Amino acid sequence: MTTFAINPDKQQGWNRPPVIAPEGDGDLLEVAMGPHHPSTHGVFRMDVALDGERVVRLKPVFGYLHRNHEKIAEGASYLASMPYTDRLDYFCSLTNNWAYALAVEKLVGQTVPERAEYIRVILAELTRIQNHASAIGFLIQEMGASGTPLMYAFKEREKILDLFESLTGSRMMCNYMRFGGCRVDVSAAWLDGARKVVAGLPQFIDEFENLLSSNEILMARCQGIGILRSELAINAGITGPMLRGSGVNYDIRKVDHYGIYDRFKFRVPLGDHGDIYDRYMVRVLEMRESVHILEQALKEIPGGPIMDPKAKIRGFRPKPGEAYGRIEAPKGELGFYLISDGSPNPYRYRVRPPSLINLTVLEDMCLGSNVADVVLIFGSVDIVLGEVDR
Amino acid sequence: MKTVEEIKAAIEAAVPGAGVEIVLNPGASAQHSLRLDHAHALAVAQFLRDDAEFGLDFLSNVSGVDWPDKEITEKVKVTRTVTKSVDGLEQQVEETVEEPRKRFEPGYLEAVYHLFSMTKKHGPVILRLRTANRTDQVDMPSLTPIWRSAEFQEREVFDLYGIVYTGHPDLRRLLMWDGFKDHPMRRDYVEPDDFEYEPTAHDEVLARAAAHKASQPDQEGTVAGS
Repeated sequence: MTTFAINPDKQQGWNRPPVIAPEGDGDLLEVAMGPHHPSTHGVFRMDVALDGERVVRLKPVFGYLHRNHEKIAEGASYLASMPYTDRLDYFCSLTNNWAYALAVEKLVGQTVPERAEYIRVILAELTRIQNHASAIGFLIQEMGASGTPLMYAFKEREKILDLFESLTGSRMMCNYMRFGGCRVDVSAAWLDGARKVVAGLPQFIDEFENLLSSNEILMARCQGIGILRSELAINAGITGPMLRGSGVNYDIRKVDHYGIYDRFKFRVPLGDHGDIYDRYMVRVLEMRESVHILEQALKEIPGGPIMDPKAKIRGFRPKPGEAYGRIEAPKGELGFYLISDGSPNPYRYRVRPPSLINLTVLEDMCLGSNVADVVLIFGSVDIVLGEVDR
Repeated sequence: MKTVEEIKAAIEAAVPGAGVEIVLNPGASAQHSLRLDHAHALAVAQFLRDDAEFGLDFLSNVSGVDWPDKEITEKVKVTRTVTKSVDGLEQQVEETVEEPRKRFEPGYLEAVYHLFSMTKKHGPVILRLRTANRTDQVDMPSLTPIWRSAEFQEREVFDLYGIVYTGHPDLRRLLMWDGFKDHPMRRDYVEPDDFEYEPTAHDEVLARAAAHKASQPDQEGTVAGS
């Protein structure tokens, strides 16, 4: 094992475990929520110091699912990392694929044919809808409504996953995008099936909203809880529905116009108070806007190739250089930073995980609230541990 | 969006004495970056965030990069006088030969910051900071006081690369456990020998088990078959 001559006295200080409730601090109670707590969506721990029911300090502890994705990707070729990006945020494998493909396309200056861009938009928006639906389902599960509302959310997700399965061969680990296009073409029958699913979505969202949006329990548990101010949200690099729930108009689909998003008409829903209810509402409204994008894309999709004929597949060696590509994933800004040294493997491969960075403000949102609300505030961030720990 | 040259000129006008160096990116993306010196990094960051024209209020991404020490072998042309026998006579002749020469290039650790603006909706502006070497001078100023979003990301860089951020409010390991000693994202990281013996009849496995046993002398027990 290699050792590095970093001052060993200091090392003790850096590696100190966090002291959440030191002695002489009154009657604080230290509670470890997780790593096997039903609310944590996986293996994640929050060390909470409580004064009665009130949260005084909260320190998140990461790394239970860490497998050093970045190091593994540096030892593999560019294309070999594509299936592994599926496993980052395993709810949204297609947007992960797109973010990685976009970064590599930026690195080599690769263009994408029009039909492939349309397919990417359709799949990304379907992914967004199923992610938001299940995020809301989990949020309500954490409110205490165990099971049933989540199954309502999964009802429509099931139809979308069936579409993914018939196109890519896999429901969740799709491994579909390639550098310069997509892997297989969509058939006319698939597009008809997608149109049928999309036509049923507004009714599903109406039903969902009728049950939830004016529900007394949901309003009582969500309104005015877990407030995130817009200045702090910007400074802490929060992205996605959390940022827009705090009233900041920043959607990378509108800012960067990556892919062909400048061709579609859609609005960016914004919250006002920055509480849990606003985050919930932004997700519902984003699903409605995604339906609009899907309707336009499914109407306009042109024929043509799905892969740029000049795209290089064998012997793929980008010239030395670097690129940062990012997209608006359902959970926030998902970015890939790549450095090439001219070899078949990336010299540096970095994932900018929205789930991890959105947790930066978890303590700020939870301080002063009840311990029962911590579960809810955490649920409203919408994270997947596969992406947090990588 | 301004070019890197214009950003460099603006920084040098606003922060006197700031050493800014343009790092060109030869790739297709043409995302050039600016290298800052440690002494003025915080002042430059504050200027970029608060200036009305740049308004870079959103630090998106912090990545560590490891550039190990390099030993470059080059061929250098050397001219020297040698004694040769030409037509049976000893003569002094000038001769040019190529000789391999070894040159040592010290490595460093680097942190790359990708900045965007949420109010102006432009970006990225890329900042780089480098440590003096990769062994004992691995400190660098933390930008967490300027952008809160660096908090967890700088902890991750400290954890996986070993860059020590001065001025970071809570510098602990993020992903690896607290007792871990090494930095796994460095290029020369060697995985620890955590071989577990499984009873199989293969000689290769038995040999590995014996080697593992020899490297862990403080443990009890013997390996069957070794």
